[in-house]
This record gives sequence, structure tokens and C-alpha cells, in this order.
Amino acid sequence: MRYLFKTRYQQDLALMRHGGDRMSYGLLLVVLLLIPAVLGEFYVGELGAVFIFAITGVALMLLIGYTGLVSLGHAAFLGIGAYTNAVLLEKGVPFVITLPASGATAALAGIAIGIPTLRMSGLYLAIATLAFGSIVGTVFQKWTAVTGGFDGFAVPTPTIFGFPIEGATGVYYLSLAVLLFVLWISVNLLRSPIGRAMVAIRDSEVSAQSMGINLSLYKTIAFAVSAGMTGLSGALFAHYVRFLAPDSFDILLSIQFVTIVFVGGLGSLHGAIFGALFVRLLPQAIAIVRDYLPSAIGRMPGLEPSIFGLILVLCILFEPAGIYGRWQKVKLYFNSFPMYRRTSFRRQRAYARSERLR
Amino acid sequence: MSLFAAQELAVRFGGIKAVDSVSFEVRQGEVFAIIGPNGAGKTTIFNLISRIYNPTSGRLMFDGQDITTVPPYRIAGLGIARTFQNIELFSNASVLQNLLIGRHCHARASVGSQLLFLPSTRRAEVSHREKVEDVIAFLELERYRDTLIANLPYGVRKIVELGRALCIEPKLLLLDEPSSGLNVEETEVMGFWIEDIKKDLGITVIMVEHDMSLVSMVSDRVMALNYGRVLAMGTPAEVQGNPDVIRAYIGGEA
Ligand SMILES: Nc1ncnc2c1ncn2[C@@H]1O[C@H](COP(=O)(O)OP(=O)(O)OP(=O)(O)O)[C@@H](O)[C@H]1O
Ligand SMILES: [Mg+2]
Repeated sequence: MRYLFKTRYQQDLALMRHGGDRMSYGLLLVVLLLIPAVLGEFYVGELGAVFIFAITGVALMLLIGYTGLVSLGHAAFLGIGAYTNAVLLEKGVPFVITLPASGATAALAGIAIGIPTLRMSGLYLAIATLAFGSIVGTVFQKWTAVTGGFDGFAVPTPTIFGFPIEGATGVYYLSLAVLLFVLWISVNLLRSPIGRAMVAIRDSEVSAQSMGINLSLYKTIAFAVSAGMTGLSGALFAHYVRFLAPDSFDILLSIQFVTIVFVGGLGSLHGAIFGALFVRLLPQAIAIVRDYLPSAIGRMPGLEPSIFGLILVLCILFEPAGIYGRWQKVKLYFNSFPMYRRTSFRRQRAYARSERLR
Repeated sequence: MSLFAAQELAVRFGGIKAVDSVSFEVRQGEVFAIIGPNGAGKTTIFNLISRIYNPTSGRLMFDGQDITTVPPYRIAGLGIARTFQNIELFSNASVLQNLLIGRHCHARASVGSQLLFLPSTRRAEVSHREKVEDVIAFLELERYRDTLIANLPYGVRKIVELGRALCIEPKLLLLDEPSSGLNVEETEVMGFWIEDIKKDLGITVIMVEHDMSLVSMVSDRVMALNYGRVLAMGTPAEVQGNPDVIRAYIGGEA
């Protein structure tokens, strides 16, 4: 077992807790940087998509896992980011501007939807965001002058200071960079007053208020930050798919995002990454397994969404701490072998606010 | 000099007058106890002071200022901290995080500087941590610092909630039944903490309490309530001897 002896308060504010952490994260980064040189185009593209989903996963984790606000409309923010980026690029605006602009537009949309809906909690908020998502989806379809409607929208290739970001490898490195940025911002937030206010709101609104936390202000901030990050992820998503169709930002996508958060493990940024990996790899796994299943099941329409739903439900019921929680248990088991006790992780209630129907 | 005053305070929920024309003053530096049978309206008075409920009529004065219409999230910043009857801690966070949330009303950093964790934010965080460590040392919570609230025994949670209120550095502390759920020894320890808070920190305390031994031990003055109305006010001995109060507790109609 490792014991940490702390001598300065600064140590609790550090990004990495000890040398071991620095080693493993450094190693992981080197591996990730080398992957495009080793793996084929298809795998690099898929990993890039994992990064893009992980950005949205982190964004939604801040909202659901840390603030306790459930959103079923995050595909809309992704779409807003994607279209903002594509439309501005088409107009000749450089990518170094369109990328932050995508985040900003989505954040503004987050504030706009946040102010009227954040008085609601639990299921009511979930339904309001669901409605918001379908309204935005309709706007994408009908506002043909800008989005091209069902004809779709071909996304121009971005260039950064003259270098074109092309192919799977370009999107891969770009998404990795944005993911690291978003993670850095999230960690900063979580060690600052805003992050603590979010956790306070999640765990007890009355008491948060008596601690001096302005509920609507901090819920709006959480919504704006989450929507903004999702907008960034949307800009990258546009380059990943290269052709925007208005119906790709639908409720099923929003549910995939929520699955990332619940399967990964509520209240952990690691969980968001694991969740994204899982959600992106699952369809591949289903596609492979499908061929071996009896055709009545294998060819059944809606097989994939049903499996997503099933996994979401099973996770909420049996492993509220998600994949990351399971991983920590395994790690503790080996670290403390042979003295592992099951009760080290006494099951705690998961804290999705929607459970608390008052 | 009075630090806090309630003037003709009243609130009704539908037909019930939960608090009915209650007036009292709390002097700087004293421990003021509110007693009364279940449903007397004690917690409701705290919720009125915290501005969670709007009074139907009456005024709240604190530190020379009318706070009757101040929004609830500004109360802590003005210097009023509270605990709750059924412990309202942030249960999926550590003791340290809970206490740091108590520092929220003193946080000044802008959103941008928090997102980038600029040096100013880092310095502010370290100074909040120093204040929190003072409270941890004061209440002897050192060994629980990194424990999740959900894994703490009830008695310790009560102390943590007290500590979180102290992190606000309040002028006025509202304690809702500090001894409920505690055994005899823990209640006595709680009494010592309250005395220390009054003597060493100079904080004025309003305390709702059922345990008369604790009330007699720490409070300077007592107000007895029944059905939302004031029955008696005075020293602990005076109020305990008041025939109306005795009748209210035995259960006869007042
Ligand atoms: N939000 C509310 N809505 C309706 N009635 C309420 C509300 N809050 C309190 N009441 C009523 O007001 C009365 C006083 O309640 P309060 O909680 O203040 O009692 P208390 O003196 O704190 O009692 P206890 O000793 O049991 O804590 C009760 O009759 C209660 O039912
Ligand atoms: Mg009460």
C-alpha cells in the first residue's frame, strides 16, 4: 500500500498526487501520441471518436455526476457546436476562431435554456431538456438556409495556421488536445469554489443555500460550462463525420451520452473516459456478435438502442459507481492483498437528482 | 446591545399559524435558547431567519439592518450560520470539502480565474484551507479530515455540521437541536463546544433544544414557545418554573 505524507496544503491542490501518477499518466500520453503511427486508419478514427465522446462525457459528468442535474438534451448542444463550426468555416472564418465560437454558442444556448428550466429538478428538468433537444433538432431540419436541412452540410477541412487537419489522424490529435484541455478545465473547476458549490447543490440544496450558494447562479454556470464543452466536442464531431445531417443529433445520441456518465461512474472524471470508451466500442461489439446470433434477434431493428437501455438500467441498479468504481475495487484488492474487505466499499446511494422525486 | 431582533414575526401555512406574532431580542455574546413541545414552531423560526420561508408579517433585524427581504443565499455572507435538525451535510463529499464549502461566502475569485486556476485562486484556496484547519483543530476533527460524510458515525457528523457553520465565521450561529440523536456523554461534549464557541470565539448563539440539562448548562436566556406563541422568556430557572410552560409540556391546553 502507498501512504502519502502531506506537509503542505498545496499538495491537496496539485493535479497529480504523487510520482506514480505522473509516471502512469505520462506513459499513457506517450502511448496515445504514438498510436496513429502504429494502428491503421480505421482504429485511429474510432479512437478519435472515443475522444470526442469523452469530451461530451466529461461535460455531462460535470452536470449529472457533480451538480446532480440530469440533461437529456445534450445532443442538441453537440449539434449547435457542429453546425456553428461548419457554417463559420464555410464562410471562411479560420478554425482557431470557429472552434472557440462553437463552444461559446453552445454555452449561450445552455444559459438560454438554463435560466427558465433550472428551477425544476429531477424528472421535470430531464423532460424540459428532452423537449429542448427535439426543438433544436427541428430547427436543424427546417432552417434550410443555414443548415441545408435534409440535403446535409459538407464540412470544410479545417486548417490551423496554414496546416490542414486532414483524415483520421488529424482529427485524432485535435480531439486529444481538446480532451486534455477540457479535462484540465474540469479539474480546475472541481478544486475551486464553483466545483464545491456544484457538489453542494447535488447533495443538499437547502444547506447549499445557507452556505451562501446562489442556486440558480451556480446551476446556470454548471449548465453553461457543460454546454460549452459539448459545443467544442460538436465542432470536432463535425470533422469526424464530415457531413452533417440534421437527424443525427437526436434523442438516441443524448441517451448514449447519459449512458457514458452512468456506465462510467457518477462523480468521477475517469468514469467519463471509461464510459466513452465503452459506449463507442459497444456498437462495434454488437456488429460483430450480430452475425453469430439467430437472425430473428440479430436482424431485429432497434437491437442497439435496446442494449444501451438495458445496460443503463443494469448499471444504475447494480453498480452505481460504474466501471471506474469497479476498477478502483480491483485496484484496492491487489494493493491490499490479502487483507481486502468487501465492506471497504460499503454501497452508497447513487445521487442522480432524478431519484429524489419530492 | 441587541445583535438580532424578531418583531411581531408571523407565518401561516394554509390554516396553521406556525409562528404567531413572536418578538424577541438576542444580545451580543449570549446563548439564547428556544424550547417548546413538538410542532411549537421552533424550526420554523430558524427557517424564517435563514429566509427559506417568507414571513406573513413582521420584521427581522440583524446587526442594525433589516433582513426581512434579503435573498436566502445572502444570509451566510451577512454573518448568520446554521445547522439543521436532521443534519444536512454534503454526504458524498469529505469532511474537508464540507468545511471548505463553509468558506464559500468568503470566496471572491471570478469564474474565469477559477476555470484557469490562476495563481490568485490558488492563493485564495490555500488561505481558505488555513481557516478550515483552524476549525478542524478547534473541534478536534483531525483524524476525520478525508473521510466521506456517509462513512461517519452520527455524533461526528453533528460536530462536522457545527464546524461547517463555524467556517462561515459567523456573528450569529443558529443551532437546531444540537443534542438530538446524541447520547448523554456526547450531549455534554456538545455543551462544552457551545460554551467554547461563546467564550473563545465570541459568537452569539440561538439554540433550539429539548434537552433541559443542556439548556441549563449553556444558555443565558430561554424563550418557551407553544403553538407558535411565546409562553415565557427569562433565565433557564425562571422559564422552567413557569406554570404555563409546565402545563404545555405535560400536555394540557395552554
Ligand atoms: N413548509 C411547511 N408547510 C406546512 N406546514 C409546515 C411547514 N413547516 C412547518 N409546518 C408546520 O408548522 C408547525 C411548526 O413546525 P416546526 O417544524 O417549526 O416545529 P418544531 O417546533 O421545530 O418541532 P420539533 O420539536 O418537532 O422539531 C408544525 O405544525 C408543522 O407541521
Ligand atoms: Mg424542529
